[in-house]
Formats: sequence, structure tokens, C-alpha cells
Amino acid sequence: MVTKAEKQFAKNFNIFNLPDVPTGLPPHLELQRTRAVCKNDAPIHPTSVLYSGAYASMGVDNSVRLENFSEDFKVDVISLTETDMVFDMIGVPAGIANAFRRILLAELPSMAIEKVFVANNTSVIQDEVLAHRLGLIPIAADPRLFEYLSENDQPNEKNTIVFKLHVKCPKGDPRRKVLTSELKWLPNGSELVKESGGSTTKPKTYTSFSHSQDSFPEFANNPIMPSFQDILIAKLGPGQEIELEAHAVKGIGKTHAKWSPVATAWYRMLPEVILLKEFEGRHAEELVNVCPKKVFDIEDMGQGRKRATVARPRDCSLCRECIREGVEWAKQVDLRRVKNHFIFTIESTGSQPPDVLFNEAVKILEDKCERVISELS
Amino acid sequence: MEHGSFTNDSHASFTLSEEDHTLANAVRFVLNQDPRVTVAAYTIPHPSLEQVNIRVQTTGDPAREVFKDACQELMQMNRHVRSVFDKAVTEYKAAKKLKEEAEEEELKRQRDLFGSMDIESN
Repeated sequence: MVTKAEKQFAKNFNIFNLPDVPTGLPPHLELQRTRAVCKNDAPIHPTSVLYSGAYASMGVDNSVRLENFSEDFKVDVISLTETDMVFDMIGVPAGIANAFRRILLAELPSMAIEKVFVANNTSVIQDEVLAHRLGLIPIAADPRLFEYLSENDQPNEKNTIVFKLHVKCPKGDPRRKVLTSELKWLPNGSELVKESGGSTTKPKTYTSFSHSQDSFPEFANNPIMPSFQDILIAKLGPGQEIELEAHAVKGIGKTHAKWSPVATAWYRMLPEVILLKEFEGRHAEELVNVCPKKVFDIEDMGQGRKRATVARPRDCSLCRECIREGVEWAKQVDLRRVKNHFIFTIESTGSQPPDVLFNEAVKILEDKCERVISELS
Repeated sequence: MEHGSFTNDSHASFTLSEEDHTLANAVRFVLNQDPRVTVAAYTIPHPSLEQVNIRVQTTGDPAREVFKDACQELMQMNRHVRSVFDKAVTEYKAAKKLKEEAEEEELKRQRDLFGSMDIESN
């Protein structure tokens, strides 16, 4: 005879409510979800499970909604200098981290030389090669202060920076170098005369500046210069001369790599090295010696016993030297990567500090979203 | 641009011009996190076209609204990323400055110590 209470119990019965049924994902699935494991020949489970309800049957929510994203997201700055930055970005999905990287490389604006007017070039380096070299010089000017120069625009003080280069190697002198320090900024615009107007009008040049860039508060006391003063542009033999004018405009890396404000920007997932068994004595020393990145250390356990420890997992380059050594080693060392922990590196070319660049990159992704929303409504 | 049907607004494709994997992959991720979504995927029809097609199928809600919500959510995530990042950078810079000041102090102290020692009289 089944009692009412028993019926009620059976109705409300849920296996997950029993005290000895473990909640959450089982360890092997949790490992699949959060780690990429590197095996001898290839990594396994490198992709992340996208669908939010993938583990719903086990009572586990796989979603990254805004609330839990805000709770989990963390940034740790590891190092920051004028041009380089390393930081840990924790709790961010790969797709979004990759969007930041792609924007940094291809969609952030910067200033670069686009037009070169060669008045005289008797050096061995050809005009077009020289112009290409000039284009690649990073220029330390904040692109946020400038506008894009579109096809029908006249070059003016808001969209063009003009540099002059006039160098000569006198006869009898030894060969000399031409460095970026010799690029002279012309705040009043071009000095090359395009066509001579009448005696009454001012002669026309290749730019039409209405006032000097000197008068901008940002440039009044710090003239615009290339980011580095010691970049080699050309070499001149005795009697050779270069005279030219270079016009820098605003652009993005998608159009040409010279406008990319970063040398590179990349990320890697945090390495995690786990010793599944104890490595003692001779084995410990073998393990320490086999690793070219010196990830392992030897710990003294007293009474002459020694064992290997994982001292510097961040240095692991995943060369897999430590799991190549015979079958039994592969079973004893586990090389993993944490899927949502990114070590992000930004190398700026010097036009803007890397922290500003990252901030701008995130803003651009925001603008993209905003554009889509406004287009659809 | 939306390609949908008049009879069923829970299925739709969206064409975004002048976008690429940068936005599409991030939005696809956010869409998949939405419990209302059954299918969310994107494709670039041809590499020389600056265009992506995003497919959204939902359990019943209008696909357009769900897609807009996903963009909104991605935007808010970005705002959060920016604020956390800025905070981390300011903290790092402050800590670095403090450390440099402490080092300078220590250097000065040692210099004073050496200065006060009268080496010649010994």
C-alpha cells in the first residue's frame, strides 16, 4: 500500500536532491569545459562549448550572462611601459578577446606618411622605395586630434601633418646615414609651390592650412615627431642629396599595415602544468633537465629525498618536451591551458601608450554594436 | 539589413555590411548564451565581400529583438571590460609610483649614511 506521503515524495523526487549525488559537472566534463589538454600529438578539447544549455540536463548553467560576467571578469596588469604592456584578462570568452586583438591590429587609427613629394633624390635608393620606407615610420601624434582625409577633401591643418626632409652629403665627406631625427615638422603646411599665382596672390602650395598647427594647445609645446629618432631612412654617398616633403594622414591598419598602431598584439592562454604522480630523486632531476623553459624546480623533502615541483607554469611554452620522453611520462605530466584566462600582450609602435590603445579598441567594439542596434531599430 | 518572413518573425538572417569576424564572432557568442536562441551562426559569403550574414532562430521571440538584445549585452560587457581595465591600470601605475618613491628614499638614506661616515679619519 502506497501512502499519500510516499506519493508526494515520488512526485517531488529529484535525484539531484539526494545528499550523496554530486552537484555540478563531473570532474572529467569540467576539465573538458574549462581546459584544453595538450597530448603528445595534439591538444584535446581546445574549443569551448558555446551553447548556454549544453549541460542543462545535469542542472548546470553554461551561460556567461552579464551578471556573472561582471562578477568573474578580472584584469591583472603584469607590466606596463611606454610601448609595451602585458596583462591577464580573466573570465572573458575567446571570441571577445579575439575581437579586441583584431581591432588593435586592423581597426585602430594612427597617423602615417601617405604622400611623398620628392623634389630631389640623387641617392641610390629609389623614390618609391624611399616613399615606402617613410610610410612605415611611426609618428608620435595622437590620431584622436585629427580627421580622416577623404577623397574630395583639401589637405588642411585638421587632417594632414607635413614633414620636410632635406639632407645632403657634401663631396669629400664619408658616407652618411639619414635618420628620422632629420624629418622636420612643418606646422604651417607645405612649402612646395604648386603653381605660382599672380604677383598679388599668395603662391599655392600642396596644402591649404588656415592656421598653424603650432596654435593647437596640444602641439604648442611638444612638436610632432616620429616616435623614434634613430630609425635609418637611407644612406647617402658623397655628393648625393635628398630633398622631399612627406604628408602624413590618418588611417587604419585594414587599409595598409603602416597605419596599425601596434607592432603586434597577441594573447595566449594561461598554461597549467600538473604532475599527476610524484617525481622523486633521479626522475625529478630528469624532469627538471628536460624542460628548456625551466618550469620545474627540485624541492628538498629532508632525509636526502627530493621531488619535482611546478615552480613557473607561466613560462611553459607547450613545447611538450616533458611528455615526449617515453610513454610513462606522458601519463604522469598533464599540460593544460585555461580556456578563459588570457595573457594579453600589446606592443605599441609608440604613437600612443598601449593602455590607451586597448581602451580605444574596446570603444570601437562598442561603437560597432551601437551601429547595428541603430540600423535595426 | 534583415531577411525574415512575414509569417514567422522568430527566424531571420541579418546582413551586416562593412563588418567581419571581429563583430560577428563576438555577437554569435553572446547570442548562443541567450536561452531564447535555438540557432545562432554567421558566415562570410565571400572573402572579398565586406559583409557577414548572421542567422538567428529563436524559440518564439522576434529574432530581431533577440539580436538587438545580444548587441546591447555585448556593448554592456565592453563597458564593464573598459572600467575594470582602467581601474587595474590606475592601480598598477599608483603602485609603481609608490615603489619608485620608496626606492628613492632608500637610496637617499644609504647615501646619507655613507656621507655621515667619515672615511678619511679612520
